[in-house]
Amino acid sequence: MSEAVEVTRALDRAHRECWSTVLASVVRVTRDLDLAEDCTQDAFVQALRTWPDGIPGNPGGWLSTVARRLALDRLRRETNLRRKLPLLVEEPGEAELPADPLRLVFTCCHPALARDSQVALTLRLICGLTTREVAAVLLIGEATAAARITRAKKKIAAAAIPYRIPADRELPARLDVVLTVVHLVYTAGHVAAGPELTRTDLTGRAVELARLLVRLMPDEPEPQALLGLLLMTEARGNARVSADGELVLLADQDRSRWDPQLQAEGVSRATAALRRGQGRFALQAAVAGLHMTAPSWERTDWRQVVRMYDAMLVSWPTPIVELNRAAAHSLVPGADLTAVLTELDALADEPALAAYAYLPATRADVLTRLGRRDEAAAAYHQAIQLTANETERRFLTSRLNDL
Amino acid sequence: MAQYMFLLYDSEDWYDNQTRAEWDQAMKLHGEFAAAVEKAGARVLGGEALERSSTASTVKQREGAEPMVTDGPFIETKEALGGFYLIEARDLDQALELAKLCPSGNVEVRPVMATSDEAAPPA
Repeated sequence: MSEAVEVTRALDRAHRECWSTVLASVVRVTRDLDLAEDCTQDAFVQALRTWPDGIPGNPGGWLSTVARRLALDRLRRETNLRRKLPLLVEEPGEAELPADPLRLVFTCCHPALARDSQVALTLRLICGLTTREVAAVLLIGEATAAARITRAKKKIAAAAIPYRIPADRELPARLDVVLTVVHLVYTAGHVAAGPELTRTDLTGRAVELARLLVRLMPDEPEPQALLGLLLMTEARGNARVSADGELVLLADQDRSRWDPQLQAEGVSRATAALRRGQGRFALQAAVAGLHMTAPSWERTDWRQVVRMYDAMLVSWPTPIVELNRAAAHSLVPGADLTAVLTELDALADEPALAAYAYLPATRADVLTRLGRRDEAAAAYHQAIQLTANETERRFLTSRLNDL
Repeated sequence: MAQYMFLLYDSEDWYDNQTRAEWDQAMKLHGEFAAAVEKAGARVLGGEALERSSTASTVKQREGAEPMVTDGPFIETKEALGGFYLIEARDLDQALELAKLCPSGNVEVRPVMATSDEAAPPA
């Protein structure tokens, strides 16, 4: 491998793995997100110049040191240094935990920020995505993404949203938002918009954050449940795409290709979480666990899956949960498919599902099984128009052609 | 420390039918709120109750014309601005914790902009 290739690889890797750690370590000393972003970027530029002379043994540490030094130099030059000095005092660090990235996550997910902004800001600051990439992941325009990020950063600065992990007594209330955003980051990477089916930089970062949250709150069931859910989804990763790059649905996956280690850890974390609570991530992990432990798609305990969705609807009555429940209901042996179709049609007016390809895709499947081919074809066409993912589009098209 | 304006929005029906005892109870709650702020290490820098919104007048500046005076508040809503506090707190988290203790149905928490000479222009 040539030296230049080696440096490029090391830099790519550092960008993927260390971006948020480096950024967070600068935010800790400056409390200024824009400045921290600039200096993190500049540290990577410096790396590009100096790493050809020798790649440091600890790239993340090297980048953090450089970025922090750049930030302090810039602050020193600024006339308002006097005003900012009191902010430079570091809080005593939480022992052993890599606290910086978590602090940054809790800042991005502060309840005083709009949900849309929380997600955009997390993708930008924790995952290191450019504004253009944030826009692509969230299926919004670049100007909208930029506006959300800018508005959120301004509010953090103007309203003095603190840069810290909330106190223990506040954590449970603050946790739900963070878990939701981490889950959204994972989902955004799992079914990425564009040519690739998954963006492992996003899924990997989400798993890492879930692990950090488990370490922060070992007694809370929901972080365990989220981690279990993500690990079980990861375990199926290999079986999700066929040799020729096509999407393979859970129903058709070769279960021997599931990663046994991830599967085992995922199931055990989900089980541990369920023993201590029935939060929505525990219930979602339970559904994933029922799939993982079933000998085959046909022999999945669908009645139990429907029961989990029923429990979810009590505390989390969203159209997406209703849709998933209806899809599971359609698979219970001897299910009344006409009744399921009525359930699905009742969801047609839900604004939240208006652009959601899984609704027409599920309808298409039920209609196919009812032998109503023309209506099934129309539903497949609708689903194909709605999906933003190439692989998914090819899958739906092949289903349409099989009719 | 940062400064926050707490804007207290409530239904004004309350004014119409209140008894002496209810009034005293409300004042007691505000007294307890002020005590809670001090206890948290934050400060009440100011605060007042406002006369009801039907007593408000709005002066609207118009380009190329005399300012226009109209009767009533700038925005008519079911809940009206009924009072305010100016609070100095550590950060937004503390301000929001204190706002939760404030005896009002809706509290809008707004950071006060720094306008001193060395402050940067608002972005």
